[in-house]
Amino acid sequence: MDPSAILQRLQDRFAAAIVGAKLDVIDPWIEVRVDSLPEVCRYLRDEPELKFSLLHCITSVDYFEPDAKKAAKVDWQPHLELVYHLSSLVNRHRMVLKVMLPRWKNDRPGQLPEAPTVSGIWSTADWHEREVFDLGGVIFTGHPDLRRILCPEDWVGHPLRKDYQMPDEYHGIRVR
Amino acid sequence: MDMQPLDPAMAEFDVQTDEILINMGPQHPSTHGVLRLVLRSDGEVVTEVTPHIGYLHRCAEKIGENVSPRQWIPYTDRMDYLAGMNMNLGWALCVEKLLGMEVPEKARHLRVITCELNRIASHLVAMGTYGLDLGSFTPFTYAFREREKILDLFEELCGARLTLSYITVGGVTSDLPAGWLERCEGFLQEFMPIIDEYHAVLTSNEVFIRRCANVGVLTADAAIDYGCSGPVLRGSGVDWDLRRDGEPIYTRTYEGYRFEVIAQTNGHYPQDEDYPPVPRAAVLGDSWHRFYVRMLEVVQSVKLVRQGMDFYRRAAGSCGEPVKLSQKLPKGEAYLETEAPKGQMGFMVVGDGSAIPWRVRARSSSFCNLSAIGPLCRGCLIADVPAILGSLDIVLGEIDR
Amino acid sequence: MAEYLAQYITPPWLAYLLVALVQCVLLLAVAVVVAGGYTWVERKVAGRVQDRLGPTRVGGRFGWLQALADGLKLLCKEDLVPGSADAMLFRMAPYISFCASFSVFLALPFADGWVAQRLDVGIFFILAVAGVEVFGVILGGYASGSKWSLFGAMREAAQVVSYEVPLALCAVIPVMAAGTMDLVSIGQMQTGWLSNWLVFHDPFTFVTFWVYFTCATASVNRAPFDLAEAESELVAGFLTEYSGFRWSIFFMAEYASMFVVSGLAAILFCGGWNGPLPITSWLGLTADNGPILAFLGNFLGACNFTAKACLGMIVMVWARWTLPRLRIDQVMTVCLKYCVPLAAAMLLGAMLWTYTWPNGLILKSVRLLPAASQTPAVSTASAPGAH
Repeated sequence: MDPSAILQRLQDRFAAAIVGAKLDVIDPWIEVRVDSLPEVCRYLRDEPELKFSLLHCITSVDYFEPDAKKAAKVDWQPHLELVYHLSSLVNRHRMVLKVMLPRWKNDRPGQLPEAPTVSGIWSTADWHEREVFDLGGVIFTGHPDLRRILCPEDWVGHPLRKDYQMPDEYHGIRVR
Repeated sequence: MDMQPLDPAMAEFDVQTDEILINMGPQHPSTHGVLRLVLRSDGEVVTEVTPHIGYLHRCAEKIGENVSPRQWIPYTDRMDYLAGMNMNLGWALCVEKLLGMEVPEKARHLRVITCELNRIASHLVAMGTYGLDLGSFTPFTYAFREREKILDLFEELCGARLTLSYITVGGVTSDLPAGWLERCEGFLQEFMPIIDEYHAVLTSNEVFIRRCANVGVLTADAAIDYGCSGPVLRGSGVDWDLRRDGEPIYTRTYEGYRFEVIAQTNGHYPQDEDYPPVPRAAVLGDSWHRFYVRMLEVVQSVKLVRQGMDFYRRAAGSCGEPVKLSQKLPKGEAYLETEAPKGQMGFMVVGDGSAIPWRVRARSSSFCNLSAIGPLCRGCLIADVPAILGSLDIVLGEIDR
Repeated sequence: MAEYLAQYITPPWLAYLLVALVQCVLLLAVAVVVAGGYTWVERKVAGRVQDRLGPTRVGGRFGWLQALADGLKLLCKEDLVPGSADAMLFRMAPYISFCASFSVFLALPFADGWVAQRLDVGIFFILAVAGVEVFGVILGGYASGSKWSLFGAMREAAQVVSYEVPLALCAVIPVMAAGTMDLVSIGQMQTGWLSNWLVFHDPFTFVTFWVYFTCATASVNRAPFDLAEAESELVAGFLTEYSGFRWSIFFMAEYASMFVVSGLAAILFCGGWNGPLPITSWLGLTADNGPILAFLGNFLGACNFTAKACLGMIVMVWARWTLPRLRIDQVMTVCLKYCVPLAAAMLLGAMLWTYTWPNGLILKSVRLLPAASQTPAVSTASAPGAH
């Protein structure tokens, strides 16, 4: 099934939840409203003609330019993207799902944005969401075990945020 | 195996023993690097396994946001350091996908030759260390004996043995040195008969079969659910190999090549009369099948290398021009997965119009394969933990990135 | 010897003490040389099995002095006792192991009469004392204060205690065929041709020999039964916290007991110090022709015996470097489901066979010495307390 057909099906089924799509790029993607992510994902996995049984990867992309001079030139508003790469082993097609999040919850710096977990739908998401939480700073609500996975448990900050400041020392050890 | 007594009243009359927590790793002979597994065990029976990773985290993705794509190639070498070529290829193809580039014929065949050689080397390490995990030291030396010869070939090709950085965005860094193809053919000729030796010392060894048949059974559905890939997925009987089923930009690399995807379908492996029979004790998806798939893939890789050398001899032209460091990346993003020896290695690159990627992402196959270890090890014996872990064939450099 | 000396030295106990001391030193030398030489053999055999050379540098072309170099290195290492260990038990454990496996040498005849203590119950003594070795391992594992060590110790306890049963059953069978527990007498019985060896006494002893060898491998913790160490699972099992000299003492104990079980196999089944052909009697190297020729004959016998024991050890090495390790449940299954019933069945069969054909079925070749029905002669070396 090609991306436009998938988009059509999703729009027919979840009219309001499909916020946007871009099909004329290298990896066509469909944007889903954050709160309806689990039901869309469950549908994508279970619908026989879609059967997206394999979740490859969850990626967070931070769109934020700390440099004010450069920030003036960019053509986007600061935000955070979650990118889900899916494919179907049975139907041999693939798709990209995106969720847009604010960089901070309620625009209050320090408050991590929230997205619902999909770890109940694909077990792959369990560790990937932990990684996104660890490095990208997104809280996945309903995740069974949301801990840091790559950084130490008491690490401060989320390194893949563009405004991340590397600490000078960690437990008295110089890290810079 | 469910360790809960069926009747709770039974437990009261049974001997009550305390559970203990054991740290397996980060310094442990069979955790394949710096992996830490916390085992909750009741005597020899493991009730829960909690993996802790991140000891080898080197911020590869963050570094990728600060260097140009070609400069990031050496960092990919250090992910799955047992299969540097395949890592290079994954990243190079991903960037080429974003740039919309095509590599010349010659470079394409060179990529296949080196990647498949590296796949053989990686599977040899998997086989040898699996023997170690099960307490048999000898297969390890046999495997490394042959692997050394592959590394010698690589050394001649690009000067490095592990961190190769040979495949690059836009092609490969250099053409083959004179006489390399003959030496490679010589290696393949002496390697093929040795595979039977490996089968004798492990695959069909009775003790080996008893140690890993029906141990750590991963069903096909669970394997897909956990995002397992590569030999782990195919060992569960899923006929899925990105070299055949991947995205066009990747499968184009293997265009014209003939090979079998090694997975048991309808109770048979492809050409299974040539190999030791599947023992009766083995269950599809167990450690033995994962091991067997790797052993059979080695033969397919040898075939691919041979074909690649034939194609290479006939191909004309250059072996590709590496892109400039100042090459601007177009706005947009590209994600590509390739079939590395350990499974599907995915790379994602987001371009913002400058020469430095906005975001780089590496999706590791071992990361997903390892995440299945919790349910796989539930209720097994302590001795089975290395047996299961070894059959997943993880590399911590790739997991922690 | 002691009686002879006692005529000249007063008080007589001093003579006994002196003789005992000489014997101890000699046997200690044997044990240590066996361990040292054997590490070299193991490295070389392992090297060849694995398609490499093994040691080649230390002490000449074949790395003869590798064992010595290793020993020196181990002596130079720091004697570490972990903070959470029970220091006294931790320090004591290697010696217990070593003493047990060394004491066994006291009753092990190297040739006709060449035994420190000829005991009427020699085989019983050996099995009993060799079993004590496990205490050192359990203590070491327990006292280390490490969970891995504890696992190793518990495995060792379970395994060795289980394997003692089939091992003893297997040892009883040749004893029954011979009619004595005195190892020297058992050895004397097998003098002559190959067909006199107890392994060829009847079909049951032949099967028993293989069962015995399996159980012996398991009871000395050699691969594929080396679960107490199991480096891929338990780091190093009970040895995890040991380093340097204490480690090497455990190591020597292991090699010494390997030698003992292999030697026991030689005595019980494979003719002891007697070759496949009665060469010593052809050459006239017997006690009838004077002490010097008898000594020469015994010397040949001792070489023969050592060679047989070493062959057994080499087979153990060969198995170790070929087979993967069994799992603990499989080890117990092998013992309880296969070895014990098999040994018991063989015991029954051998009993019936001996009852039916007391003199054996196979035509016996020339017997040079009286059969086992006679009371064993008192050895010259036996101390007063032996009877």
